[in-house]
Amino acid sequence: MVGLEHYLSLAAGLFVIGIFGLFLNRKNVIVLLMSVELMLLSVNINLIAFSRFLGDSVGQVFTLFVLTVAAAEASIGLAILVSFFRNRGSIDVEDVNVMKG
Amino acid sequence: MSVADFAFYAFALIVLVGGLFTVVSKHPVHSVLWLITAFIGATGLFVLLGAEFIAMLLMIVYVGAVAVLFLFVVMMLDVDFAALRAGMAEYLPIGILIGVILLMELGMIYGVWQFADGAEAARAAVTPPLDQVENTAALGMLIYDDYILLFQLAGLILLVAMIGAIVLTLHHRPNIKRQNVVAQMHRDPASSIELKDVKPGQGL
Repeated sequence: MVGLEHYLSLAAGLFVIGIFGLFLNRKNVIVLLMSVELMLLSVNINLIAFSRFLGDSVGQVFTLFVLTVAAAEASIGLAILVSFFRNRGSIDVEDVNVMKG
Repeated sequence: MSVADFAFYAFALIVLVGGLFTVVSKHPVHSVLWLITAFIGATGLFVLLGAEFIAMLLMIVYVGAVAVLFLFVVMMLDVDFAALRAGMAEYLPIGILIGVILLMELGMIYGVWQFADGAEAARAAVTPPLDQVENTAALGMLIYDDYILLFQLAGLILLVAMIGAIVLTLHHRPNIKRQNVVAQMHRDPASSIELKDVKPGQGL
């Protein structure tokens, strides 16, 4: 019988894969953004699983909002990436030093 | 093992393999395709959990919009992706170390927790029985009733994101000829045609 803990383990594994991706692809911003998407997906799995096993629909509502913010984040991130590439001709994170930050 | 259990393990495998290959793929296009695979697996999991609306939303928003957006950007940028992978082996050990530590921390709470006594009573919106109200209808009642403000704000976030993305990427190139429809329509023969009296046997 598949219970809540199965889903939580899966979400934990996916979250760790996302963090692993952040460390592995230190230079490629596109894959960094995709790793963040994976982490948000694992959070969504957690929310839905708790919503199902506790019998509380609010978890699904908040999944909806996480989804919204993730979509907005992806679009803005890629827009920044495109304009950065236009200015510098590179998407390496180490080249992001125009503002000397 | 029942069919539902088998489906869970199948979808979980799809999600984990998709996620792993998203991260380790050689080319970002492959990463995006594996990301789509992971999202489709998660869609199956959501259907298994009885959240059909969120599942379909995930399919439309993520697979249909976000992943395609990633695909467009990857194909649009002319980047030497092999060079970006140069330092990858260097970061591999620290990545695995952090991953294992985090997984251990998350694993420590496995099996040693339970819902608090008051958890059942503290539910904000109890899911109605499935034979009375189906999931999508229950979610709709909740969104348009209790969470209407958050719902509107979510729409506002999307609007701001859309405007922001357009403002960030739109740029006018100054040295390109463009069609000016108004100027074209306001041309008349008097200003654009000149009659010349050409004498016979001669050019202009």
